[in-house]
Amino acid sequence: MGVFRMPSLGSDMESATLDEWLVQPGDRVTRGDVIAVVETQKGAIEIEVYETGTVTELTAQIGAELPVGAPLAMIAVEGEEVPEPKAEPEQPAAVEAAAEQPVVEMPVAPAGGMPGGGVVASPVARVRAQALGVDLATLTGTGPGGAVVLADVEGAAPAAEAQAKAPRRRGLDLNEMRKAIANAMSRANREIPHFYLSQTVDISPATGFLASYNADRPPAERLLLGALLLRAAVGAAQAVPQLNGQYEDGFHPSKAVNIGVAVALRGGGLVAPALIDADRMTVPQIMAGMRDLVSRARAGRLRNSEMTQGTLTVSALGETGPEAMAGVIFPPQVALLGIGAPQLRPWVVDAEVIPRQVITVTLAADHRVADGRIAAKFMTVFEDLISSPERL
Amino acid sequence: MTPNEIRTAFLEELVTVAPDLDPMTVGESDHIQDDLELDSMDVLNLVTALHDRLGVNIPEVDYPHIATLGQAVEYLGQMIARKQG
Repeated sequence: MGVFRMPSLGSDMESATLDEWLVQPGDRVTRGDVIAVVETQKGAIEIEVYETGTVTELTAQIGAELPVGAPLAMIAVEGEEVPEPKAEPEQPAAVEAAAEQPVVEMPVAPAGGMPGGGVVASPVARVRAQALGVDLATLTGTGPGGAVVLADVEGAAPAAEAQAKAPRRRGLDLNEMRKAIANAMSRANREIPHFYLSQTVDISPATGFLASYNADRPPAERLLLGALLLRAAVGAAQAVPQLNGQYEDGFHPSKAVNIGVAVALRGGGLVAPALIDADRMTVPQIMAGMRDLVSRARAGRLRNSEMTQGTLTVSALGETGPEAMAGVIFPPQVALLGIGAPQLRPWVVDAEVIPRQVITVTLAADHRVADGRIAAKFMTVFEDLISSPERL
Repeated sequence: MTPNEIRTAFLEELVTVAPDLDPMTVGESDHIQDDLELDSMDVLNLVTALHDRLGVNIPEVDYPHIATLGQAVEYLGQMIARKQG
């Protein structure tokens, strides 16, 4: 019998609120299935199971704030005898009681029920709305598909009520996200001896390739420059394994390249989920993966593997703005590639000065694991790849 | 389609891409990137949604023609008329 526990969703996460179960006792699950949704400082995160078997019991209740490692469910692994499934979650575990969450004592809406008058809302938002006396039908949902999420309910609660209940966590709360970013970046600055290498690269081969590739394709199949830059970074990470991995009591290189993509959220905030196994993807697959990741990051619907298994992150400033960015490494990774906005500059080609679109890429690397020579190799491979995009 | 129907379609797809925007406050000449802060991924998603909804395939070289609400209504109107003609 395996105990399914609240996973760590980053080095600075201490707890998360259980928002939704996507399985019932008796359901078969396969490694990698998303079985629950929790709300964290960085929004709602889908939690995957790491075992294959049968869910026998859901021990954690919706609405409970649970520390990392707290038991959530029991799973009988393959070949094990499956006891009679228990239909309802048991009494809240000790950790929940200690968290002083009034919401855990509220009746939980039955699955599939719409007590909010047909309003689509997350279960935790529903419970909270009842506790605060907020009518769900009066709210505009900001969750996936316009669903009302916890933050919407708390945003609508009278200010005095909200203050009385403070402090507590919310859905996509930008103040909480700011704290999470502050913690991760402070740790990076404290622990990682950064050094930087910069290189300015002519991107006219890449933009020319994109123009002809996209010309006769419908919008759904078009590529963005970002996909080529990401593919080039993946290629460089494959060529320089000393910079691709995680640092936990020493450096552990990763065979797979799970390339982190820094995604700015409209209204503020930043998340850097990883595109898992990007080394096995073609450029169109990377484009599709990036599109999916960005839309889910903005909807607040990422998976725990994407939040924790990144091996090297790319952060790009976009199409307009400053020409270079020396970034802060996202721990426990050991390198971050900052890409400035494209600029039109005089450039020497075949002994002549001509105007060219160029970008400046700046690699931040961890001096505990790498030296300048290794970082230089990464930059050389990156430049070679982005200069001949047909090879990507 | 009337210009008003095109305007409604454009605004609806715009706020799907950028849910924090209030369609009532989007001005005729607000630039979707410089003023409304859409990035290249947002623009591509908008163009994809307009393709699905209106059947108009906007080539990359024409992206400047949908840079504002006012320009987009005019450009999309021409493209729809051309398609029907």
